[in-house]
Amino acid sequence: MDAKEIIARRIALELKDGDIVNLGIGTPTLVPRYLPEGLQITLQSENGFLGMGPLNGTPEPNVVNASGQPCGLIPGAAFFDSAMSFTLIRGGHVDATVLGGLQVDQSANLANWAVPGKMVPGMGGAMDLVTGARHVIVAMEHTTRESGAKILKQCTLPLTAAGKVHTIVTELALFRFIDGKLTLMETGPEATVDEVRARTEAEFAVSPDCHPMQLHATR
Amino acid sequence: MEWSDAGSVFRDGMTVMFGGFLGIGTPAGLVSTICAAGIKDLTLIGNDSGCPVPGIALLIEQRRVRRLVVSHIGTNATAGKQMLAGELEVELSPQGTLIERIRAGGAGLGGVLTPTGVGTIVEQGKQKISINGQDFLLELPLRADVAIVKAARADRAGNLVYDRAARNFNPLVALAADVVIVEADEIVDVGEIDPDHVATPGAVVDHILLARKN
Repeated sequence: MDAKEIIARRIALELKDGDIVNLGIGTPTLVPRYLPEGLQITLQSENGFLGMGPLNGTPEPNVVNASGQPCGLIPGAAFFDSAMSFTLIRGGHVDATVLGGLQVDQSANLANWAVPGKMVPGMGGAMDLVTGARHVIVAMEHTTRESGAKILKQCTLPLTAAGKVHTIVTELALFRFIDGKLTLMETGPEATVDEVRARTEAEFAVSPDCHPMQLHATR
Repeated sequence: MEWSDAGSVFRDGMTVMFGGFLGIGTPAGLVSTICAAGIKDLTLIGNDSGCPVPGIALLIEQRRVRRLVVSHIGTNATAGKQMLAGELEVELSPQGTLIERIRAGGAGLGGVLTPTGVGTIVEQGKQKISINGQDFLLELPLRADVAIVKAARADRAGNLVYDRAARNFNPLVALAADVVIVEADEIVDVGEIDPDHVATPGAVVDHILLARKN
C-alpha cells in the first residue's frame, strides 16, 4: 500500500455519515473510494454546487469540478453562485475539508498555497476552506521528496490560515491538536513512535492511547 | 445590441468584471470582441486568469491587461510569467473574500468583515477589527465600469438563467458594474422564463447578445 492510499484510507474513516465535505486536489480526491459501506457524504465543489459525483456517461460542458475537470452529479445535487458557495464554506456549513499541505506547524498553522519566488499561483478558495470548515484535515506525505520535515516548529512558507488545523494524516502518523497541543494519536503501518519523532521537527505529545492506524472499517 | 456594436462599449483603461471559473461561464464572444476592438490597459476583476477553458486568457496573451484582481493564476502560465516580469500587476484575493467584495460593490455596502486571511499575508495593509473577541479583516468593495456575463438563457427584458457550474461569479458581477453586457446561448421572448427561475433580474442588464456558435 503506497503512502497516498494509507492517507486516503485513514481519512475515509474520519468522515461521518451525512457530512458535507470539500476535497482538495491530489490525494484528497482518493478518499471517497475508501468510505465504509453504507456511509454517505455529500461533496461540495467550491465553483458552485453540492452533490458532486463520479463522471457517469457523457460529460456535460458546464458540470466540472473546481479543477475544471468533467465530473458527475448525484441525485439531489444543487447549483448556486460563488457567494452562496463561500457562504457555505466560511459559514461553518461544510463539516470537513481535506486538503494537501506543504508545511504544518505545532501552532496548527498550515502553508499550502505559495512558495515565494518559485510558485505563487494564488490561494483560490483554500484560505476560506481552512478558516471556515468545521474539521480541517491535512492530507500529506510526512516528509518532502528530499526527506525534509514538513511538520515543523514554525512554518516558513506563507500561511493559508493561522491556528486552524485540527488533524494531520500522513503515511506515518495521525496527529490531532488536543487543547492546542500537537498530539500523536496513531502510527502508520509499520511505523514506530521513534520513527515519527525522527521525521518530525515539531514538538508533540504522544497520546496515552497511541495505537497503530486502522485502515479498514470494522463492522 | 448587435455584435458589430459591442466593441463600442469598451474603452482603454477601463475596469471590466467577468463571470467564469477556469473559463466555464466566461463569455468567449465578448472576450474576442474586446480583443478585436483593440482595447488595452484593462483592469480585470474575476475569479481566475482562465484555462483549461480559455476564459480571459486571450486578453492576457495579447497583453491587453494592466492589472488583474483574481483568486488564482496557477492555470495560466502566461499570466505568471507576465507577473514575475513586472508586466502585469496581480492582486490576489481569497476566493470567498473576492466574491464578497464584488457582492458588496453591487449591494451598496462599504465593505465586508471576514475572518479569512487573519494571520496571513492577506492582512497586510488592511484594517483589523475585533468583534466579540474574534478578529476580522475589513475588505473593501469592488466595482467595475463594465461587467461581461455569460447566461444560458435570456429573455428580451434581460432576465437571466444560468447553466450548472457556469453560474459562479456571473450573478454577482452583473450587480457591480455601471454597464452590464450579457452573452446568452439562447434569447427568448418575455414571459417564456418562469419568474421563479430568474437568477438575475432584467432590471440590471443593459445589453444582450446571442452567443455565436463556433
